[in-house]
Amino acid sequence: MTLETILFILFAGIAATTSVLMITRSNIVIAALFLILNFGALAGLYLLLNAQFLAVTQVIVYAGAIMVLFLFVIMLLKPEHERSIYKIPGMKIFAFAIAFLVFVQLAYLILFSSSSEKVSPDVQASINAGTIETIGRELFTNYILPFEAAGFLLLAATIGALILAKKKIE
Amino acid sequence: MILEYLPILAVFGFAIVFALATVFSSEIFGPKRPNAEKLSTYESGMKPVGTTSERVSIKYYLIAMLFIIFDLEVVFIYPWAVQFKKLFNQQGISVFVSMVIFLVVLELGYLYVYKKGGFKWD
Repeated sequence: MTLETILFILFAGIAATTSVLMITRSNIVIAALFLILNFGALAGLYLLLNAQFLAVTQVIVYAGAIMVLFLFVIMLLKPEHERSIYKIPGMKIFAFAIAFLVFVQLAYLILFSSSSEKVSPDVQASINAGTIETIGRELFTNYILPFEAAGFLLLAATIGALILAKKKIE
Repeated sequence: MILEYLPILAVFGFAIVFALATVFSSEIFGPKRPNAEKLSTYESGMKPVGTTSERVSIKYYLIAMLFIIFDLEVVFIYPWAVQFKKLFNQQGISVFVSMVIFLVVLELGYLYVYKKGGFKWD
């Protein structure tokens, strides 16, 4: 077994276990903490797929910033008094049907897809696409306008957040 | 390629071992003589009021949102910092200017929040 295989089994195992633990917790804050572990394991999987920048972004943005927002929203809304989704009749059967369909689809893809040994040239070319060097070069040469536009998008988000949260309630 | 990241995995491994070892060694070796007073909730020496699941103020939401925005800024600066030397040799000062424009746009937002009292706690 190569090192990649061992690490894949490790990260995939953590990701699967924590996602199951997350959806079965009754305390929603603990569920959110398991989601952080899940994001961390996903970052490891991205790294194994040569997507270094995506792995770093996954940790900084998802495990860092998005989870802060999740936890704050949980504390702002006090969700213990929300009514359970299973109170709606037929919801459990509907959820099982959807989950079963997704399972069949994934199993079909894994079992019956053609596994060719040779790597196609497109895949070979895209192996270096996920490195930070490539993304930095592309972002500051070909995609400089979208990059500056992202600055304005973040500016709009800053002002929007301030106006929403600072509104005086009479 | 993947071997370059092994030290990071080692750090994670040591962190997990250290955290578990400190928590469980105090659990194993610490003497336990509990009484009702010791087991009661300790809250800064005050009698605890209410439950832990109180709704928090909306002011925290603004802090969280601003954190996310400036966190995303880092995501853009990171590839720029990695490639800066190479791009500076190729294109000269324009690489620096493009990042300054980006940062100025974001700092406008920062100044706006500062002026409107977004960092004040009242």
